[in-house]
Amino acid sequence: MALSVERSDGIMIAMAEGRVDGANAQEFQGELTDAIDPSDRAVILDLEGITYISSAGLRVILLTARALKRQNAELAVCSLSDSIREVFEISGFDKIIPVRESRPDAIASLQA
Amino acid sequence: MTTLQKKYKILVVDDEPDLEPLLLQRMRRAIRAGRYEFVFAGNGLEALQKLDQDEEIDMVLSDINMPQMDGLTLLDQIPDVNPNIRSVIISAYGDMKNIRTAMNRGAFDFVTKPIDFKDLQVTIDRTLIHVEELKDALMARDKLVTLQNELDVASSIQQSILPTELPRERDYQMFGSMKSARNVGGDFFDVVRLPDRRVGLAIADVSDKGVPAALFMMSTRTLLKGAAIGAIEPGDVMSTVNQLLCEDNEAAMFVTLLYAVYDPETGRLTYANGGHNPPLIVHKDSTSSLLPQTEGLALGLLPDYEYQQNTVTVEPGETLVLYTDGVTEAMNADEEEFGVERLQQIFADPHPHEAHAITQLIFNAVDEFAGDTPQSDDVTCLTLCRG
Repeated sequence: MALSVERSDGIMIAMAEGRVDGANAQEFQGELTDAIDPSDRAVILDLEGITYISSAGLRVILLTARALKRQNAELAVCSLSDSIREVFEISGFDKIIPVRESRPDAIASLQA
Repeated sequence: MTTLQKKYKILVVDDEPDLEPLLLQRMRRAIRAGRYEFVFAGNGLEALQKLDQDEEIDMVLSDINMPQMDGLTLLDQIPDVNPNIRSVIISAYGDMKNIRTAMNRGAFDFVTKPIDFKDLQVTIDRTLIHVEELKDALMARDKLVTLQNELDVASSIQQSILPTELPRERDYQMFGSMKSARNVGGDFFDVVRLPDRRVGLAIADVSDKGVPAALFMMSTRTLLKGAAIGAIEPGDVMSTVNQLLCEDNEAAMFVTLLYAVYDPETGRLTYANGGHNPPLIVHKDSTSSLLPQTEGLALGLLPDYEYQQNTVTVEPGETLVLYTDGVTEAMNADEEEFGVERLQQIFADPHPHEAHAITQLIFNAVDEFAGDTPQSDDVTCLTLCRG
């Protein structure tokens, strides 16, 4: 699992790569928490490079969404592979976290 | 970095009476500074007695040639008295044969005669640091063992709450099993007897593994049991459990849960799916299909959510397979997932129409697929065969 971060127009974009499972979920959470700035108004998690996400990984996304809500910021995920999309759909996470096709889609939805 | 802070007790074993005054004289500064305390023994036997009587001795400094019991024999005996003591051997200069033997018998280091006391002090300190590190490691190990024991207890509690008496009726039978990836898993299944021969069946997977997941799993199971007895519609049961789980869920734990009510008189199965893998229904002609999804999401995420339900009929000769993602996401050495298709493939071959045997087939197939690759998730399966 690796995380890289960039910012444009007040939106923080985090790219995650690899597997997120019970073994590294805490590390993922720590890196994500550290990367978020209190001034961030919106965060996009670009999951294109994620090959596998377990329920422990989903929980990190949920915790991040809740933390962002406390600072009045929004979270969206984008660029999900078919298998990751399936995980979001089966678990119902797509009902609580906005899922966008691509990074531009996510940016557009957050700026709207 | 380990430092030497307390006063260490060193047992010196030598039959020559001159060593004692010499040592005390040359080490007087360290003794006065409260760093070392020396005790003396004249041979191996006496040394063993001292070690037996005095548990505070940290290390042994011993000559080799002594009457009654020599230093090499002493080295063999010390671990029986105290395995954590380290020994330094004093040998004649160039006596490599005895030095080799001493090292092979577990001596930590050696010094040669005539003794260079500066070098001896360095050797003593090095040995004591090793003794300290060993003590720390042993303490850490003891803590781990305690933790491991607690996990074992938690694990056995968890296995013990899984139902063991599953229905085996004339017109249907069930079997379930769970294999934890870690000591304490986050999966469970349950079966609740309801009025009019109906039976409620549940399978669930809590986010994350380990003790927090197990605690969340326990409360989910209790809430589910209570709700299942209080309401007959699976959608209502799920909505109630979800509402209770959402309250005070600071840790943001959640659980995927499928709850169904089966009526053996009609074969009707009404189910609500809270974010769980869709169950598989195996038809009489060996084909199989996934049950249609119901609107739903994992429990503990969204308060006031109304779970939807759906009804299908399990025909005579059909099998219902509930499973967790530990089955379909089991991984082999090539990082391929087991997947739904391989699960369906199990039933393409002739197989017994018996719940226990079918569950075993699934576990065997997953085991065979995964080989030696360690699994990160629990593997859980609950099957129902309609007679």
